[in-house]
Amino acid sequence: MTDAAGATPRRAIPYDEDVVRLFVVATVFWGVAAFAVGLLIALQLAFPVLNLEYSFTTFGRLRPLHTSAAVFAFGGNALFATSLYVVQRTCRAPLFGGRALANFLFWGYQMFIVLAAIGYLVGATQSREYAEPEWYVDLWLTLVWVVYLIVFLGTLLRRREPHIYVANWFFLAFIVTVAVLHIVNNLAVPVSLTGTKSYSLFSGVQDALTQWWYGHNAVGFFLTAGFLGIMYYFIPKRADRPIYSYRLSVVHFWSLIFLYIWAGPHHLHFTALPDWAQTLGMAFSLMLWMPSWGGMINGLMTLSGAWHKLRTDPVLRFMVASVGFYGMSTFEGPVMSIRSVNALSHFTDWTIGHVHSGALGWVAFVSFGAIYHLVPKLWQRDELYSMKLVSVHFWIATVGIVLYVVAMWVSGILQGLMWRSYDELGFLQFSFVETVQAMHPFYVIRATGGALFLIGALIMVYNLWRTIRGDVRGEAPVSAFAAAAE
Amino acid sequence: MEAVAEFFRSFWVVWMTTLFLGIVAWAYWPKRKSKLQEHADIPFRDDE
Repeated sequence: MTDAAGATPRRAIPYDEDVVRLFVVATVFWGVAAFAVGLLIALQLAFPVLNLEYSFTTFGRLRPLHTSAAVFAFGGNALFATSLYVVQRTCRAPLFGGRALANFLFWGYQMFIVLAAIGYLVGATQSREYAEPEWYVDLWLTLVWVVYLIVFLGTLLRRREPHIYVANWFFLAFIVTVAVLHIVNNLAVPVSLTGTKSYSLFSGVQDALTQWWYGHNAVGFFLTAGFLGIMYYFIPKRADRPIYSYRLSVVHFWSLIFLYIWAGPHHLHFTALPDWAQTLGMAFSLMLWMPSWGGMINGLMTLSGAWHKLRTDPVLRFMVASVGFYGMSTFEGPVMSIRSVNALSHFTDWTIGHVHSGALGWVAFVSFGAIYHLVPKLWQRDELYSMKLVSVHFWIATVGIVLYVVAMWVSGILQGLMWRSYDELGFLQFSFVETVQAMHPFYVIRATGGALFLIGALIMVYNLWRTIRGDVRGEAPVSAFAAAAE
Repeated sequence: MEAVAEFFRSFWVVWMTTLFLGIVAWAYWPKRKSKLQEHADIPFRDDE
């Protein structure tokens, strides 16, 4: 689809794709690392002997390694890659700041990841969820993030397209909000300038509220807004159809922006936080159904009239399934924020299942779709090495997610019910260790799901590697394969 | 003066809701439909 404005020859605009290629490689690398550590800690929960009796390899240290690798290393690099690609294409302008800033962004961000990871393993941590890195790593990330903002804004300012496309609104909201969240939540006083330890500027319930204002918006603006930017560019592009309703995308964007920032207190139900603040957090969480449905309708309806493409294009299938998971997990989230539901679900595996239906189903799937779409373009290949392998990846990963999420639902509700069971004399009916024992089979199922997800990612690595080498696997179109598999 | 500002600030939910409804009305104003929907073509103008 082109029009008069598209008459300019492509190479007239020197898009900077070197840095995008680097970020794509980093996304895949850290993705595999995050999934592998996730599998290891899932197995540790099922078989504690795998903690290996070293402090470095205990669950407590590896768990933040896994979450940060998944969110910041895999997700972050995916967002860098796609945002820097999309902003250039939709502004029809090359990246602001040239090669030097782009390289700084890439290596600076990888250094942040490595510094954070080393800190976790040796026990240097702020113990704030998703904000575990200590003060020196936080300062470094702040610098990198400001450069990111400058590069992104600078590119927007030199755009040749009068209107700023909606995907860039989501990316910009993600960059700006994450900067604000990161700086406020990490306000801390180092014990000494040569040591790693620091103390938060806040204390007590203020500290908890700041942390969960940060924590929930890390989900809202890092894992939701940023990845919606991916959705708004790559689904229309892959389906070769414009987004279903641009007007809905405007409302989707602003409803998300207006509401998300207030939802954090739902992490602090039944705590010292005043009741009115808990209720406020719950009310805003429920209103988040609005952007949830807005985004899902817009993503899925873009396919209307082109559903047949799902049969032949497993890359598009990844993207569309991701929107389904987006709808599912953002429906589940507000339900869990209701205080009486939260009384059952909080601290149980239900939360873990919820997070993973979002992280694996939405974040990872939409990233896989974007990467499969990008790699042939970035390395100037006509097509992927094998569409069948994409399809195999899709099904293995989907089965993995279903095993994971269902196991955690059952285990979480079972755990929550066991914790609140009393006998006729008012004593707790189960000791804690009995609830742990009851979890065991579900932990094994969860690890199996994680293993399938990792295998799928390794298939992707092989497929992308052969694609970059320029190989094409002679094979029948995917539709025949899909028909045989069903 | 400060007391007046304080009074209006306490209605922030109302102001924010009004602003948001204003955005919805702006986006869904019938006259603006085709103009806004044209922006949906932007991803297809990068000359591939």
